[in-house]
Amino acid sequence: MVPLHWYLTLSAAVFMIGMFGFLTRRNIIIMFMSVELMLNAVNISLVSFSHYLQDMRGHILVFFVITVAAAEAAIGLAIIISLFRNKQTAHVDEMNEMKG
Amino acid sequence: MLQQLFFGYYAFMIIILSLLVVTRGNPVHSVMWMLLLFFHIAGLYLFLNAEFIAAIQVIVYAGAILVLFLFVVLLLNLREELSLRQIAGSWPAAFFIVAALFITVTAALGAYVQGPVGSYSIEAIRSETHTKALGRLLYTEYLFPFEIASLILLVAVVGAVVLAKRKLRS
Amino acid sequence: MPIAMPNLIPVMPELVMTGVAIILLMAELVIKRKETLGFLSLISVGLISYLLLGSAGTTFGGMFVSDGYSTFFKLIFMANLVLTVLISPKYLQTMRINFGEYYALTLFATLGMMLMASAADIIVLYLGLELMALSTYVLAGFIRYDMKSNEAAIKYLLLGAFASAILLYGTSLIYGLTGTTNLRDIAVYITHNGLAKNPLLMVSMIFFAVAFSFKIAAVPFHMWAPDAYEGAPTPITAFMSVGPKAAGFAVLGRVFLVAFGSVKTDWSVILIPIAVLTMAIGNILALSQTNIKRMLAYSSIAHAGYMLLGIIAGTPAGISSVLNYMFIYAFMNIGAFAIVIMLRTEGFAGEDISDYEGLGKTHPTAAALMLVFMFSLTGIPPMAGFMGKFYLFMSAINAGYTWIVIVAVLFSAISAYFYLRIVMLMYMKEPKEVIQLNTSPGIGLALAVTVSAVILIGILPAKVLALAQQAVTSF
Repeated sequence: MVPLHWYLTLSAAVFMIGMFGFLTRRNIIIMFMSVELMLNAVNISLVSFSHYLQDMRGHILVFFVITVAAAEAAIGLAIIISLFRNKQTAHVDEMNEMKG
Repeated sequence: MLQQLFFGYYAFMIIILSLLVVTRGNPVHSVMWMLLLFFHIAGLYLFLNAEFIAAIQVIVYAGAILVLFLFVVLLLNLREELSLRQIAGSWPAAFFIVAALFITVTAALGAYVQGPVGSYSIEAIRSETHTKALGRLLYTEYLFPFEIASLILLVAVVGAVVLAKRKLRS
Repeated sequence: MPIAMPNLIPVMPELVMTGVAIILLMAELVIKRKETLGFLSLISVGLISYLLLGSAGTTFGGMFVSDGYSTFFKLIFMANLVLTVLISPKYLQTMRINFGEYYALTLFATLGMMLMASAADIIVLYLGLELMALSTYVLAGFIRYDMKSNEAAIKYLLLGAFASAILLYGTSLIYGLTGTTNLRDIAVYITHNGLAKNPLLMVSMIFFAVAFSFKIAAVPFHMWAPDAYEGAPTPITAFMSVGPKAAGFAVLGRVFLVAFGSVKTDWSVILIPIAVLTMAIGNILALSQTNIKRMLAYSSIAHAGYMLLGIIAGTPAGISSVLNYMFIYAFMNIGAFAIVIMLRTEGFAGEDISDYEGLGKTHPTAAALMLVFMFSLTGIPPMAGFMGKFYLFMSAINAGYTWIVIVAVLFSAISAYFYLRIVMLMYMKEPKEVIQLNTSPGIGLALAVTVSAVILIGILPAKVLALAQQAVTSF
């Protein structure tokens, strides 16, 4: 039997890697993927909690998280496309229309 | 012992692949590593007796979301971008914050006390099958959130069309 | 298996809202004049407000609760929606983005807020939040040809998604500890099992505090707000500065006072520095702005700081003063944005603060209205903003947080500088160029409503406060 702590530590590690990517990367698409990584980390911990608590709520929440992630990706990528039409970039440092 | 070896393999691969996803310069490579990562996470879910979640992890995450990412990355063709700075200059600060947070969280995890145990033991789920158990809950107890999720998908469809369609009537 | 029909009366307003939003989406195909859609949504708001008053109750297995607290917030959302729809049509025409989806999306965003205010389960809370957020991201990027609007949308989306990942991590920890996602059950489990001093509970609480701080734009999690507010279409900026912020406060209040009620001393330690920083950074950075939308963005950050005082106080008086202030804030803030919209004409942005020079001479009525809103935002009597701040600060003093109130009063004095600078520019300077006002009956009506609300509540504050106090008793 694998202890629950191993799963939770794995989940925390993936979450932190995702957060690190979000804070340091400058390409919008990769920043977005880092957020997906964080969501996956949350899913790992929810599923393992569910397994050890012998309860289905975690699975239900994971189901909704995946649904929302799909919706978020659709809208996010649509915004990136309309952004790209106006300015050929996906780099945050190139976005400096507003300052202050 | 075998179980722990399996977990060790998955954990190792998941960590390495997530590091590859956030450190690669070319978004196409990142997407590819992420694809492999999602298959490994799905394997982990199978390990935790969550067959349905493992299936939608592969079908929705790897099959739909990542393909959308790949599609956009290839559509935009960001070749010139690669010469730009990919990592913010302040990355050591971010690394310090994230490492401190990781240590705090893992230290706090030591104080974890098991919550109340529910009625869905492995045997109960096996006898009913995971998909059926989940479906029954979604359509009875969790009907309300399920309906909200359908509205979220509707908004996503409308929003994506409004933002990305080439011409709109006014 | 027999299927029991859930009690639908408490969710009736939400059901009607969903129906109207979907009808608007379809009607958009046949209706050429898009203002008609706005008019339809105004009618539906009337019906929904009527249904709201008789909707008290709990349903769907305790996941959805309609009480005084949620009803008061929903009335704020209705006011926000009505005023936004009133100030929108002319702007949409000027910017040539007059698409029917605009109204459907504002309705969906408001629906998300209503679900958040009523959520008694973290799953419903999360889904309501995402419904609101996704609709608002699209609305922020609605001017598709404008780089600024795209930028606003992408920054808002990235930070919003980041915040919801943090919220979910906190949720997963609390679920692991208590085995439930229902807010009341969490509270019961924490007290019965002596979890109050558990470090993991503290970590989870910090994650919740950070995620909600993103949503209400509190420092240091505010960096998305100025860009998102400046780039978004102005009516949406007005909508975003009131609606999502109010919804954020609604869930902040419910989660922290219900689920984490037993560990109040711990979370107030987290919220106090956030509140002080928010007031400081919001007011100080507003001083140096040259764009009025950006200035109002920093001002809305600062106002979130004042409202946090009521949550920190944690007493019924504190919570009711937050509700009261949020109500007043909705009117004064949207009023100010309505003036900003009027200055926008085709080919002239009218967003620089210097564009207000001499407005008192060229357009005395608009200038006088702006004066009322600026006085109210500063908190000068007899405007409503003063009474709102007064009750907030009193409740914090009574709860024993005198020093924070002193800090708040100091920063509020600093804020007078940038609000009154606009008044000074309007009345003391000569007009640089002739500015055309882009008025419409809708904006006129919205201004009439907001200005009379600001003055009336300022003179007779007891009525709204009594409603807010009554709303909190059922909490």
